[in-house]
Amino acid sequence: MNFDLTDEHQMLQDSLRRFLKYSCNSETRNEVLNSETGITSDLWHAMAEMGVIGAFFTEEQGGFGGTGADIALIFEELGRANGVSPFLDSALLSGRILAAAGELDRVADLIGGDLQLALAHGEPTSRYDLNYVRTTAVNGTLNGRKAVVMNALASDVLIVSARTSGEVSDEDGISLYFVEKNAAGLTIQDYALIAGGHAGEVTLDNVEGSLIGEEGKGFALLKDAYAIATVAQCAETLGAMTTATELTQEYLVTRQQFGRPIATFQALAHRMADMLIEMEQARSAVIRAAGYFESDERTRDINIHAAKNLMGRAGRLISEESIQMHGGIAMTQEYELAHIAKRITMADHRFGDTDYHLERFIALTQS
Amino acid sequence: MDLNYSKDDLAFRDEVRAFLSEKLTKELSEKVRLGGDLTKDDMEGWHAILNAQGWLAPNWPKEYGGAEWNAVQRHIFDDECASAHAPRVVPFGLSMLAPVLQKFGNQQQKDHWLPRILSGEDWWCQGYSEPGAGSDLASLKTKALREGDHYVVNGQKTWTTFGQHANMIFCLVRTDSTVKQQAGISFLLIDMNTPGIEVRPIILLDGSAEVNEVWFTDVKVPVENLVGEENSGWTYAKYLLTHERTNIAGVGFSTAGLAAVKRIAKAEICGGKPLIRNPLFAARVAQVEIDLMAMSTTNLRIVSQAAAGGAPGVEASMLKVKGTIIRQEINDLARRAVGPYAMPFVSEAVEGSNEPLPDPHDAGPVAAQYFNNRKISIFGGSNEIQRGIIAKVKMGG
Ligand SMILES: Cc1cc2nc3c(=O)[nH]c(=O)nc-3n(C[C@H](O)[C@H](O)[C@H](O)COP(=O)(O)OP(=O)(O)OC[C@H]3O[C@@H](n4cnc5c(N)ncnc54)[C@H](O)[C@@H]3O)c2cc1C
Ligand SMILES: Cc1cc2nc3c(=O)[nH]c(=O)nc-3n(C[C@H](O)[C@H](O)[C@H](O)COP(=O)(O)OP(=O)(O)OC[C@H]3O[C@@H](n4cnc5c(N)ncnc54)[C@H](O)[C@@H]3O)c2cc1C
Repeated sequence: MNFDLTDEHQMLQDSLRRFLKYSCNSETRNEVLNSETGITSDLWHAMAEMGVIGAFFTEEQGGFGGTGADIALIFEELGRANGVSPFLDSALLSGRILAAAGELDRVADLIGGDLQLALAHGEPTSRYDLNYVRTTAVNGTLNGRKAVVMNALASDVLIVSARTSGEVSDEDGISLYFVEKNAAGLTIQDYALIAGGHAGEVTLDNVEGSLIGEEGKGFALLKDAYAIATVAQCAETLGAMTTATELTQEYLVTRQQFGRPIATFQALAHRMADMLIEMEQARSAVIRAAGYFESDERTRDINIHAAKNLMGRAGRLISEESIQMHGGIAMTQEYELAHIAKRITMADHRFGDTDYHLERFIALTQS
Repeated sequence: MDLNYSKDDLAFRDEVRAFLSEKLTKELSEKVRLGGDLTKDDMEGWHAILNAQGWLAPNWPKEYGGAEWNAVQRHIFDDECASAHAPRVVPFGLSMLAPVLQKFGNQQQKDHWLPRILSGEDWWCQGYSEPGAGSDLASLKTKALREGDHYVVNGQKTWTTFGQHANMIFCLVRTDSTVKQQAGISFLLIDMNTPGIEVRPIILLDGSAEVNEVWFTDVKVPVENLVGEENSGWTYAKYLLTHERTNIAGVGFSTAGLAAVKRIAKAEICGGKPLIRNPLFAARVAQVEIDLMAMSTTNLRIVSQAAAGGAPGVEASMLKVKGTIIRQEINDLARRAVGPYAMPFVSEAVEGSNEPLPDPHDAGPVAAQYFNNRKISIFGGSNEIQRGIIAKVKMGG
């Protein structure tokens, strides 16, 4: 066994960390937060140029990476820098669906930084269930509503799931379609997200779509794409938790009350120790989810469910304790920690929450 | 022992219910339920309604226009107000400053300031904390120098809740720097419209603008605005803090919050069934409900005891710690319950725009509330400070 990064990964990590440290600061973040669509093209293009988007795909797909380890490394750095940009949704989640469906021209555009995508899958009553699709497609005409679609307004093209056969919760019978952003009958109610970025409610009223992959076989594409996106989400959260922990550690040794640094109060020192212990656990969970990504599906999924559940629990601890031990200062919009804490907490609302993954873990390990 | 409400208690509860259903508008209660930002007018309007009924100051003695309710009545009132989504009463004048004036103010101060608190003529804010003096409040640096019949105040307060609405601020200021910290502090009443005062908003992490920095540059305050003795302010400040901690358990908020969580969880579908029937989620809800049932009784026990023997001491610290843990847990359940719809930043939508909420649960900005309520274990003496008090009282040291 070897837990060291390969030379290539070490180089990628170093250059990414340097680049993001310089390009993601509170100024660029506020720019993103105040922008109409929730993204800035600068960061996107610069990252594409560095080859970051290419690293989400295998060589056969036109990229030069694509493993769990490649992806975890990149997203951890994004989380650490608290960079707000839709890489996860627009490039990874949507891109992997297209790559698996053989839409390699679009993947090439994506890798070049020239395409923005959005996956419109979840619905107002689907919660985290991947198989739940009420939206219908009849001869390529779509009707329905999609909920909290990330990056919808900034996208050029949407990937929309719709049912072509079966009951509302069947895995079979889900099909995927390209829908142009300006298609007739498509409306997007855009809104900002509490942790940065934008999403929207998408309504489809007799909208024309063009089929991606095979009709009725969309579930398998979604499941694999969600699997890698969940790994990425865990890694991003790990990065954010690392920064939260570092900021808290720094603050505890700097902030003076009662004539001494508050780190000298054991009531806080021990909790900092607990945070550091949980950070090691979180790192191991992410390493496992990334490292087993290329294993058989059951092993892959067990480790992904375990990681997302553990990140939900450890993330809550890190974000709440970081705020509490900072005191009032952490409650302010101006202080970096506030944004990071929101990001960590809101990660629990993506790709299934703590309980969702616990249930799936139980189903896979106790049957 | 009798855990049931008496006939009189039940009659009182009916009276409160009738009052709320008559006087609390749907518009206002919806705003409270959805966690919208209340305007100054909203809050002042509600105060006026309570005042007209004689219910604005439950804790004040009757001689000052208070209701002088017993512990059970206060519990009933808080509970009913929270379930009806009434706005909370702004505590700074009513339950912080007023008890100090009643106990330590001179006759002129009582006659002048107390009626104005009830009538709403004055809106008070609390000027205790400073950037360098949070938990260590006694280290505060804002200076007041006596010059003839004035004090001249220089320094900075921070975290001043509703400083943007207030026309008056009660401040702890340093009047002697040569003695032990606690022995050089005075309690001053300052008109916010005095030249030299500047209020700067601090935006909180949920986007809300409820706290401020308040800067003082050569601010002249008449000496008659000193409460009690010069350099005895620390005694008054601590007296005030024990009052700040009554109703700190927030049982009413928790009860209303838990009901809201259940309502959401009945409507939300998870794996083909209502979320409330999901065993993992149901267990989370039940756990909090069990804690809250006990808390409600703990609260009544402690408040009744205190009513017999003065302001609660270490027990108030216990109520604060456990009460805030439960409230924050309920906020956490609410954000879990709505699933992906926790993510939209909807507070603006609630405030005024005509855009429909994206969230089909009609639950309001539950994530924003979750983040905003991280404050309740930080302010008014953090939970760490409260635990320190409990340990010290019980074990010495
Ligand atoms: C089953 C068992 C096997 C053992 N085997 C061995 C052995 O093989 N060889 C050997 O040498 N010893 C052994 N020990 C002894 C063991 O190392 C001591 O029990 C241990 O060091 C704690 O000391 P104590 O029991 O005197 O408790 P104390 O040191 O008196 O501690 C009492 C409590 O106070 C806490 N505490 C103490 N200091 C602090 C502090 N500064 N901050 C916060 N909390 C503090 C402790 O954590 C504990 O909760 C064994 C003990 C047990 C129970
Ligand atoms: C939303 C909000 C509204 C507020 N409104 C007002 C207001 O209207 N008026 C006003 O005067 N103030 C107000 N405050 C200020 C509040 O009272 C302070 O934030 C609080 O006293 C904590 O001080 P601090 O933020 O400086 O944290 P610090 O005192 O710096 O504490 C940082 C951390 O260290 C811990 N700590 C400190 N000392 C010890 C110790 N001895 N042992 C163990 N742990 C310790 C704390 O518990 C905390 O976790 C408000 C604060 C907030 C967040």
